[in-house]
Amino acid sequence: MKPLVIAVALSACAIVATAQNAAQKSTADGIAEYRRMLEEGNPAELFEAKGEALWSKKRGPKNASLEQCDLGKGAGTVAGTFVELPRWFADTNQVQDLESRLLSCMENLQGISAAEVAKTPFGRGEQANMEALVAYISAASRGMKFNLPQDHPEEKKMLELGKRAFFYRAGPYDFACASCHAADGQRIRLQDLPDLTKNPGDGVGFAAWPAYRVSSGELWSMQRRLNDCFRQQRFPFPGYASEVTVSLGVYMGVNAKGAESIAPSIKR
Amino acid sequence: MADPMRIRAQASGDKATVRVLMSHEMETGQRKDSAGKVIPAWFIQEVTAQHNGKPVMTAQWGPAVAKNPYLQFIVKGAKVGDKITLSWVDNKGDKRSDEATVA
Amino acid sequence: MHTRRDMLSQSAKVATMLAAAGFLPSLAQAQSDGYNKAAFDAKTINDAVKAMGAQAPSESKDVTITGPDIAENGAVVPVGASTTVPGVKRLLLLVEKNPSALTAVFDVTDAIEANVSTRVKMGQSSDVYAVALTNDGKALFAKKEIKVTLGGCGG
Repeated sequence: MKPLVIAVALSACAIVATAQNAAQKSTADGIAEYRRMLEEGNPAELFEAKGEALWSKKRGPKNASLEQCDLGKGAGTVAGTFVELPRWFADTNQVQDLESRLLSCMENLQGISAAEVAKTPFGRGEQANMEALVAYISAASRGMKFNLPQDHPEEKKMLELGKRAFFYRAGPYDFACASCHAADGQRIRLQDLPDLTKNPGDGVGFAAWPAYRVSSGELWSMQRRLNDCFRQQRFPFPGYASEVTVSLGVYMGVNAKGAESIAPSIKR
Repeated sequence: MADPMRIRAQASGDKATVRVLMSHEMETGQRKDSAGKVIPAWFIQEVTAQHNGKPVMTAQWGPAVAKNPYLQFIVKGAKVGDKITLSWVDNKGDKRSDEATVA
Repeated sequence: MHTRRDMLSQSAKVATMLAAAGFLPSLAQAQSDGYNKAAFDAKTINDAVKAMGAQAPSESKDVTITGPDIAENGAVVPVGASTTVPGVKRLLLLVEKNPSALTAVFDVTDAIEANVSTRVKMGQSSDVYAVALTNDGKALFAKKEIKVTLGGCGG
């Protein structure tokens, strides 16, 4: 009698497990369908338009526009710059990501204090303008493939620093970026976690940010995304556009070489 | 005045599909801020569309329409070069009006 | 100095003038006499439809509600309402379990197709309704269940 009961119970479990597997697969499909439905009419476009206007607007104590800003391909060139950042810049003798470079240009050309912007909370004041500029500049490289330069010794050094930062375990949970992002097939609830130690594919991971975050209705730059990763790991907040954040950008960006950028994309 | 809308009007046969993105908080009036105070409702109440100056659609919205709203509708008899105008008014009386050409 | 009140009453006067001249589309429309607050405050589907001046809605294969089966985030759910029923005056989108069911009302003229899409907020998994109101006061609906999840900690 008993073995029969156990056998029936086991087969019932198996059936439930299969049904759950099937349900999980269709959930993944369902999420994919939801994301597809939102692609057309990405509110990031609103930020792109705002950023385009800001780029050529005379602002700040020096009453100048950003049109002379060098994002890596010469003063004023915007197209194609996003997929080559972070990179080294001669005038600052630093490896800079997009946000860091914008801070330099805003300070040097427009007289807007980089330190003040870095202290401003995300989404407010000049930070809201940063979001718009980041949306505009990344959109100008949409569809292009990441190709960060690794010629300058500083660029190589930042790659090493980024790699170490990526695997550095700390905080009360002993997390590193690698805890979530160094293997295939990992997921938190319904979000897939891309493996950022390699190229995870076109439009994935590094190639999907900045993005319009549906849950907050805001445009998240890579700096903001990194800030939130640090928060989720229960790390202290990194300085805005600080060296460690730029180095992580170098590490992820170099790993993503050849991946097509879809920024600014749309995320949950 | 509020941020501009993004309007795309695409002709196909004898119609045009109009897709609009509006910049608006669409605050429901149900959320509270960190001090516990209710964030007042602030949302687009009326949307109107015109085709070459002739009204073709009006809509009334409640606060449950999503933030930075998206709207899609199809105008009959619209041709390349025609003008599509979108306007909205919110519950505070703010308005916005933008125009696009059917492509 | 013009106070805001002065300006509002001035524009109200202008608006009334324009309406009388048939210039303001919303005020010129037969049924639309400004914002229907009662409909948007109504809690249930039936109450909202009644507040719009129609009978209780009946299900119809000629009305379509489009939307995803599952929404990663209830803050933005793409939904659409369309119908092939002739003599349609309005298309409504409602979320049954929202604090107020009615989310949007679209006036259908001859100049547009009875086919609209937008994005709505859903507080929880719920049936979403597309209701078509006809010129003779009938209300026809289609509904679809949309599950809402809270996104996780990932991207």
